[in-house]
Amino acid sequence: MGLAANTPDTTKVVVIQPRSSLAFLDFGEIWRYRDLLLTLAQRDVKLRYRQTALGVIWVVFQPLLAAIIFTVVFRRIAKVPVEVPYFPFAFAGFIAYNSFTSTLTKASASMVQNTQMVSKVFFPRILLPFSTVYGSLVDLAVSLFIYAILIVVFHLPLTVGILTFPLWLFLIQLLAMGFGLMAAAVMVSYRDVQYALPVLVQFGTYATPVGYPLGYALTQLTVKWHPFMYLNPLSGLLDGFRWSLMGTPIFSWPCCLYAASCAVMVFVLGLVYFHRMETRFADVI
Amino acid sequence: MSSNEIVISARDISKAYNIVHQAHRHTTIREALLHTLRHPFERPPSEQFWALRDINFDIHRGDVVGVVGRNGAGKSTLLKILSRITTPTTGEVRLKGRVGSLLEVGTGFHPELTGRENIYMNGSILGMTRKEIQSRFDEIVAFAGPQVENHLDTPVKRYSSGMYVRLAFGVAANLESEILIVDEVLAVGDAEFQKKCLGKMHDVAESGRTVLFVSHNMGAVNALCNRGIFLERGTVKLVGSVSEIVGEYMASADSIEGERYWNDDATAPGDDRVLLRGVRVVGPSGEVTSSVASGEPFEIVIDYEVREALPQFRMAFFLIASDGTTAFYTSDGQVSEWQGQPREPGLYQSVCKMPSDLLNEGRYGIMIKADIPMVANIIEDQDSCVVFHVERTNFNGEPVEYLPGAVRPTLPWKIGVRALPAITSTVVRSRKHH
Repeated sequence: MGLAANTPDTTKVVVIQPRSSLAFLDFGEIWRYRDLLLTLAQRDVKLRYRQTALGVIWVVFQPLLAAIIFTVVFRRIAKVPVEVPYFPFAFAGFIAYNSFTSTLTKASASMVQNTQMVSKVFFPRILLPFSTVYGSLVDLAVSLFIYAILIVVFHLPLTVGILTFPLWLFLIQLLAMGFGLMAAAVMVSYRDVQYALPVLVQFGTYATPVGYPLGYALTQLTVKWHPFMYLNPLSGLLDGFRWSLMGTPIFSWPCCLYAASCAVMVFVLGLVYFHRMETRFADVI
Repeated sequence: MSSNEIVISARDISKAYNIVHQAHRHTTIREALLHTLRHPFERPPSEQFWALRDINFDIHRGDVVGVVGRNGAGKSTLLKILSRITTPTTGEVRLKGRVGSLLEVGTGFHPELTGRENIYMNGSILGMTRKEIQSRFDEIVAFAGPQVENHLDTPVKRYSSGMYVRLAFGVAANLESEILIVDEVLAVGDAEFQKKCLGKMHDVAESGRTVLFVSHNMGAVNALCNRGIFLERGTVKLVGSVSEIVGEYMASADSIEGERYWNDDATAPGDDRVLLRGVRVVGPSGEVTSSVASGEPFEIVIDYEVREALPQFRMAFFLIASDGTTAFYTSDGQVSEWQGQPREPGLYQSVCKMPSDLLNEGRYGIMIKADIPMVANIIEDQDSCVVFHVERTNFNGEPVEYLPGAVRPTLPWKIGVRALPAITSTVVRSRKHH
């Protein structure tokens, strides 16, 4: 009885056979399992704050505290010049960077953390990394609320650029998911990734223009370092993210365009790689 | 119940696993890289292990199929392929209709989530939509029982293990699919709950859906299934009616006639608390035997090691007849001096004296069950670990009269002689009363 409404495909024939690595994702199947995607996403958010005393306050504290430290280091000590008040500038940088790293970290651990599920039940595996985006977006929403308060306190400008905000956010998440998918697939066989990622994330906090504008960094660095700043797709994405949020000038549009296409490419590569490795997961994990 | 429509057809499915020898196995990139640098052209010495080889079978709609086989016969691999957890190396399976597979109870349960949240979590992992879970919610809770119902909004980490299993099975039992694949999940829970689960599976079968049931418990297979698949070392040994399958399974146990010992902790049945060390059938002159006379008494001797002080313990066995039915269950629980007594760690031997003229001729299996009464099962649902024959002979080895039935007990009869008139008069007297 319970079956009736939602599964019209009762006579559908499922063929199980060795899969060639060229076969592409079955989007229909992912769609059929959309309720699982939602449940997984909500589970992560619920679990994260269930046994913490301060709950959601941690989401606020993390970027606030990081922005305060950056204000002392980059503004007071290093005297980095910015066009807007420095504190909200760093805060906005952290919102973007944290939304990237939180998706990347959680997506990459998603397979290994759900070993039992992967080895005991069938469902589109890709739902596990996908479901982590929801948690990152919830955190981001809380941070944006704080940013709204900062707008009032610091009299920050709001420009039409804000309309492109969802686009930048989407690109940042796309990039994070692309890397996350690759890392998740590799982690099934090699747990090294688990230890390497936090180091890379830490490194990225400084190597990416989170606490300084891209343009200023380029004036300070010798030319031989420039390619590294340009090649980091997060440079362009963070620049665009802050431009849309607080109207800081974009250093270079080509750099943003490169970053955007990079995000799309990494995501597609991540999908393909994850999908290729997917059949091995239950045997290896 | 079964129709002509084929809902599962397996054609030549095989599954190979590459077993890389331990010394050459890398779990970190560093190890793997170093190894490749040192031996750039070497391929890791791996062995191909065929868990399944050329499996063919068809299952019709409405069939309840028991998948039986010894440990390592490939049952789990077959189940994993049919439930799409892993892909076959070669071959093809066609499944018609929605498949629900229960390889484990409570997959995805999270201790921090409440009972209610876990119902949604577990249900959606099993492939139910939210709408379906909502419509089945009351039934799931009812199946899990009143204790769970009162604690629906408590995190399941506060549940007793019994409540946990009942809730998990409640979700699983309400999964509606045309094809249901069930691993030995019935081995959990207390006897009453197991009965409830078996009943539920029976209902599923009655409603015309197809069930694949993997079990060591030939009694359950015999009671539930109408067809069977017998796997042996990765190949199909026999596909047929359930009585053929159970008979073949029982007959294939040749190597373990009369006695069986486990010296290795890893293979011995049991756990950290109790390990089974040996089971043997001992004839009247004290020798281990695989064949006893129906007219002679004999003993079943069970050696085991208690490794952890237990407040209570009970050793028991099921005697399984050749058709898979349980002839009886008996335990050392009635030994009065041990009743309710704690067991200190040490080696124990429980001996069951079987009287003469109890079992009828045929082949019997001993299936050990050890538990802490009402608390935990320690050993259960094993294969029959020892098989023996009962010959229809007396203590001198001479054949005795054939009698039907699984048992041929000598029961205390009485023969009275009464005079015929006396009976008539009784009847007449009682009639007068009316």
